[in-house]
Amino acid sequence: MNDFVLLGVLPYIAVVVFLLVTIQRYRMKGFSYSSLSSQFLENQHHFWGSVPFHYGILVVLLGHVIGFLMPTAILSWNAEPVRLLILEVTGIAFAILTLVGLVNIVLRRMTNRLARRVTTWSDLAVYALLLVQVISGIAIAVFEGWGSSWFATSLTPWLWSLIKLSPDVSYVAPLPGIVKVHIVNAFLLIGFFPFTRLVHVLVVPNPYLWRKTQVVIWNWDRSRLRKTT
Amino acid sequence: MVFHLDKCIGCHTCSIACKNVWTDREGTEYMWWNNVETKPGTGYPTKWENQEEYKGGWKKNGDKLELRSTSKKKIIPNIFHNPSMPSMDDYYEPWTYKYDELFNAPEGDDQPVARPVSMITGEPMDIEAGPNWDDDLGGSPVYAANDPNMDVLSEPERKQMLAIERMVMFYLPRICNHCLNPSCVASCPSGAMYKRGEDGIVLINQDRCRAWRSCVSACPYKKTYYNWSTGKSEKCILCFPRLESGQAPACFHSCVGRIRYLGNVLYDADQIEQAARSPDGELVEAHRKMVLDPNDPEVIAAARASGIPDGVIESAQKSPVFRFVKDWKLALPLHVEYRTFPMLFYVPPLLPVMSQTEGDVVRSDVDDLFADIEKTRAPIAYLGKLFAAGNDGKVRYALRKQLAVRIWRRHVTVGDIDEETAKRALVEAECTPEEADAIFKLTSLATFDDRFVIPPFQREMAMEMITDPHEHRSSAGFGFREAPTRS
Repeated sequence: MNDFVLLGVLPYIAVVVFLLVTIQRYRMKGFSYSSLSSQFLENQHHFWGSVPFHYGILVVLLGHVIGFLMPTAILSWNAEPVRLLILEVTGIAFAILTLVGLVNIVLRRMTNRLARRVTTWSDLAVYALLLVQVISGIAIAVFEGWGSSWFATSLTPWLWSLIKLSPDVSYVAPLPGIVKVHIVNAFLLIGFFPFTRLVHVLVVPNPYLWRKTQVVIWNWDRSRLRKTT
Repeated sequence: MVFHLDKCIGCHTCSIACKNVWTDREGTEYMWWNNVETKPGTGYPTKWENQEEYKGGWKKNGDKLELRSTSKKKIIPNIFHNPSMPSMDDYYEPWTYKYDELFNAPEGDDQPVARPVSMITGEPMDIEAGPNWDDDLGGSPVYAANDPNMDVLSEPERKQMLAIERMVMFYLPRICNHCLNPSCVASCPSGAMYKRGEDGIVLINQDRCRAWRSCVSACPYKKTYYNWSTGKSEKCILCFPRLESGQAPACFHSCVGRIRYLGNVLYDADQIEQAARSPDGELVEAHRKMVLDPNDPEVIAAARASGIPDGVIESAQKSPVFRFVKDWKLALPLHVEYRTFPMLFYVPPLLPVMSQTEGDVVRSDVDDLFADIEKTRAPIAYLGKLFAAGNDGKVRYALRKQLAVRIWRRHVTVGDIDEETAKRALVEAECTPEEADAIFKLTSLATFDDRFVIPPFQREMAMEMITDPHEHRSSAGFGFREAPTRS
């Protein structure tokens, strides 16, 4: 029963909250969509937190997405033990990079008086959730080995069953407790996401890459103006 | 915009007017959209002209123009941590005093004092530096000696400048230059920054700014500021709400020395890219070339064809900026080598010798107020580095003409200089008596309406009128449509 609530119901609540609140927040409080950078207040320690964390988390998340979208490709890659080892070690390396960044971020927020000034309760909640997530992830990778393969065989079908609106928790119910912690915490993160500064992920500035260099905006309709004056 | 540096008295009234109107809010305490620096000096933020460190503006890479800081190529590494962003240490930590303790302190043997407290944390703090810490050359061995513009001077020249530091200085009031080729706009990953077509004002859309901080390092003049509280960058808005109702911006309006001139110019935007690729020495000329003569029938026809209303063309014809920059060639752009084409021009200061030291005695009864411009105490190379990208001839021309106007007016009003000498000075400065009188009039006698020629803003035609005019009623005064709180 507990498994069903945590693995079959919680994901839906989290995703619904995520969708409704992000959209509503963007429409009603678009001003609040900001990365709220504190680099201006503290410029040195910031580098050792922000940079490793962002690179680490991007690669780790990408790994999860590939495992979800292309399980067969992952399995055939892992068929060769050396390749499996390469994948696992790379994953652990980037996870540790993420953790190093995260620990530096939290330390900086705690020790620097100016950074502390702009740290809110929602920031602390995000740090707590992220710490649980990254530490449990590393623990799984180290102690429950070869996750890239069993992610593809257990997690991926379960996620697809959720998407198809017929949740089948039997794929994941037998997994060890630490894996369940990782899964449940992930959906807690998704649920809390829209209430925190994490929303900056949704406004990454990709159009910058293909927009024109300069931006000029006219408030006049110049052709109409000419006709009427 | 034109600032006449020979008239600036360094009173900071402009800064205070701006501060009270726009930046008296949490997160903006440290911002001075308008500040006045003493030159030589390191300015605000400290050493802002050092682009090796801050990577502001554009650089020429072969025939291509590139942002020094966050270009499209560097967006991914720079977005997590901007390596060339100034931090609060490079500005100063704003503070206030606990004034109530002066009144509420319990009776005791000691005088109560008002302790300084940080405006960020609210905790007591030791004040180490502030804006204008080097006002009037205070602490010049630290500040003036580190002025990045002194690099162009030879060792003897540097020594000479510092040895007479107590006498050589001038003020440099600075606001956003509302550049033609703004590097802040070009660097904004969110596309939140834009230049308004009608008036060229460069603005940041507060709703679209996501605190990627690129503009702060990309602006070579360090005139975009990061609001640490709201997580948005802010900058001088040239008081556009005042302009739109026909008033001069607060800093212009309040200027005691009446050094500030405002007017629109017509320019050819198609030339910007080519002009920005000119060699350093030709940048001033390329910049000037883009400003078109609003009395030229061809220009008028072209302006009409591109939909510029007659009212705007008429005000361009009356613009004091056009006269100073193009007609008289007296006003020069600040650090045009950053290739952003600043639209704020400075008339370089003449700095006439008013006194001389002989041993320990200071003599202020100098006969010859109109000495040779080559003998001005600020070396021309220094002014050339500031206002002409090293092309000293442009500075020399502007100084010589200013001097000729003084000689001519001395002849007209006092009469102790004969007409022949005065006319010779004019000819040498490529100036005529009529032009000299016009320069004199606009410099010394200009009225409010002569100094500020504000074009009609056609508010009734602006598409903003489609939105509800009551939307901003009782808001925070800076375009927040919701309480500016963090979440």
